[in-house]
Amino acid sequence: MDLTYTEEEQDFRARLREWLAATLPGLPPRPDPLDWPGRRAYDTGWQRRLYDAGYAGLHWPADAGGRGATPTQHLIFLEETELAGAPYVGANFVGLLHAGPTIAAEGTPRQRARWLPPVLRGDEVWCQGFSEPDAGSDLASLRTRAVRDGDAYVVTGSKIWTSHAEVADWCELLVRTEPVSAAVPKHRGITWLAMPMNAPGVTVRPLRTLTGTAEFAQMYLDEVRVPVANRVGDENDGWRVTMVTLSFERGTAFVGEVVACRRTLRRLAAAARGNGRWDDQELRRTLGRLNAEFTALWRLTQWSVSEAQHTGTAVPGNGGSVFKLRYSHARQELYDAAARVLGAGSLDLSHDWTPERLSSLSYTIAAGTSQIQQDIVAERILGLPRGR
Amino acid sequence: MDFRLTDDQRALRAGVRELLEGRFGRERLRAAVDKPAPGADPALDRALWRELGDAGFFALRLPEKDGGVGLGLPEAVLAFEEAGRALVPGPLVATHLAAGSVPGAATGETVVTRVDGELVEWLDAADCVLGGTGITAGAVPVRSVDPLTPLHRVPGGAGASGEPPEPGAALGALLTAAEQLGSAARTTEAAVHHACEREQFGRPVGAFQAVKQLCAHMLVRTEVARGAVYGAAVTGDPVEIAGAKLLADEAAVRNARDCLQVHGGTGFTWEADVHLHLKRAWVRAERWPTAGDASETLAAALL
Repeated sequence: MDLTYTEEEQDFRARLREWLAATLPGLPPRPDPLDWPGRRAYDTGWQRRLYDAGYAGLHWPADAGGRGATPTQHLIFLEETELAGAPYVGANFVGLLHAGPTIAAEGTPRQRARWLPPVLRGDEVWCQGFSEPDAGSDLASLRTRAVRDGDAYVVTGSKIWTSHAEVADWCELLVRTEPVSAAVPKHRGITWLAMPMNAPGVTVRPLRTLTGTAEFAQMYLDEVRVPVANRVGDENDGWRVTMVTLSFERGTAFVGEVVACRRTLRRLAAAARGNGRWDDQELRRTLGRLNAEFTALWRLTQWSVSEAQHTGTAVPGNGGSVFKLRYSHARQELYDAAARVLGAGSLDLSHDWTPERLSSLSYTIAAGTSQIQQDIVAERILGLPRGR
Repeated sequence: MDFRLTDDQRALRAGVRELLEGRFGRERLRAAVDKPAPGADPALDRALWRELGDAGFFALRLPEKDGGVGLGLPEAVLAFEEAGRALVPGPLVATHLAAGSVPGAATGETVVTRVDGELVEWLDAADCVLGGTGITAGAVPVRSVDPLTPLHRVPGGAGASGEPPEPGAALGALLTAAEQLGSAARTTEAAVHHACEREQFGRPVGAFQAVKQLCAHMLVRTEVARGAVYGAAVTGDPVEIAGAKLLADEAAVRNARDCLQVHGGTGFTWEADVHLHLKRAWVRAERWPTAGDASETLAAALL
């Protein structure tokens, strides 16, 4: 058990810190959440700066255009960029954290060469076309159909809760290529496709969320032709490919956010002391308890990164579900505590903790609800029998 | 950074587990619980104490030149985690803390206890009491909830104010947290085992979502506590130690309760071990720092 960083890791941190200190002061603030094109330009612009400085795709393997950095270096990167207040990955989220790693792991050399470099350079943005109105947590029930016609799949159906759909160039799309039958269980017959968002037949309708902003969209697909060459993995093998994607989502997507929560917690304590609410014993102890929570979650992160580095596994394991279960609830508790610090001020949407409080409500739902994560922990880690 | 167990640490953990399984397995545990007349205090097994001493349990962190094993806090935490799993009775933490300062503690020849808050454990069995010179004269016996931890109450005892009872208190808190972690892991295993074996409505109860969710949360609590306890063992930071104690107390107590729930009617019997884990977890949760003290320490560190 060793938490000291090697000399090489410390050098890496020092150089990164220096670069951030030199780069960040010149950056304008991130555009308003309603300005999607503005956000896309801002987020991809930041990605380009990372690329030019050699920090793009740190955790991607070198033969996928990444830097082949160790998991520990990636951890340092996420920690330092968050501590420095660097821009959020934003519109590049799906490309960098889901689609990219999936293509890197499952794509052909040609597919890797076509799709990975533009993600790293910030030239292309991806969105995630998994969920459907009747297939959310029960993702395997998806019904969007793809019928083979020569060298293309003809896709018809509808997707929902698709983040960044309005500004995306590509969509990682799950389609049904074989109808469910006695011979084909619902987890089979699914295929993973890269769909160009400008293809004829794609219609995107923004969906307003309870935060008041249009964070994601519903997508209608009407006989959209997707080349067979855009299929990642085998036909009807999309479920396995998807599990690779989801394990990335659960394994590494929240690392930087733990650091952010620890910063927010300190700001909360300062604000509470400033407005006298620090004298409220119950609130003060809640903040103390959250200090323990986020410290423990950070240590768990370091633990799993150390395990990953040792085993050399590119794909994070089911342990991500343990982390996500606790983290998503802790984040909600954090912003509920923020509301108690602010008092009636928490009703003012212009305070940045109020939108955060609203958006934290999605954390126990998005990327697999807490109930689904509990099943994963119970069945895949603890080995309890399957059932409902 | 390589925050995982080294091969030596894995070997140490396996060695301690094996030792305790052989020397204080389930039969010995039950014998210890069931032997005394109802209401009578249990006797401390001095032979076991010396064997633990011989195995280096108390002298683990003493330098080799002083006859110790020369290991660090992470190794001590692993050993105490195993003691917590096995529900080893006795003032283990106090004797470990006394090694090097109280003659005979390191070898297990002297049994050392300490005043912690208003309570002192194993007062009658101990040869020496830390942290409360003279004040144990007014100690009053308590009908202890834990059949394997006799307790005395010391009005106004050291640490009762929320302040650390003695200079080594933070170390004691961490080792206590490690015991709680071991208990939390053990009750998780017991619940999962029972949920796979016990059938109702024609299927193992673990196939029902309500039971599954209890078990899943037990594992989550255990792993979060593990991150906190191991992290604190490496840094030795007092604030991290407070966090480790807080989360490990919670994991041990809540896991024992959930384990009891998963066991259903069986869990409510004296024969099931789960109440022993719950009662010991309650005892350890009252050791310094309690949840209130720990959260105040953690809150103060935010400013």
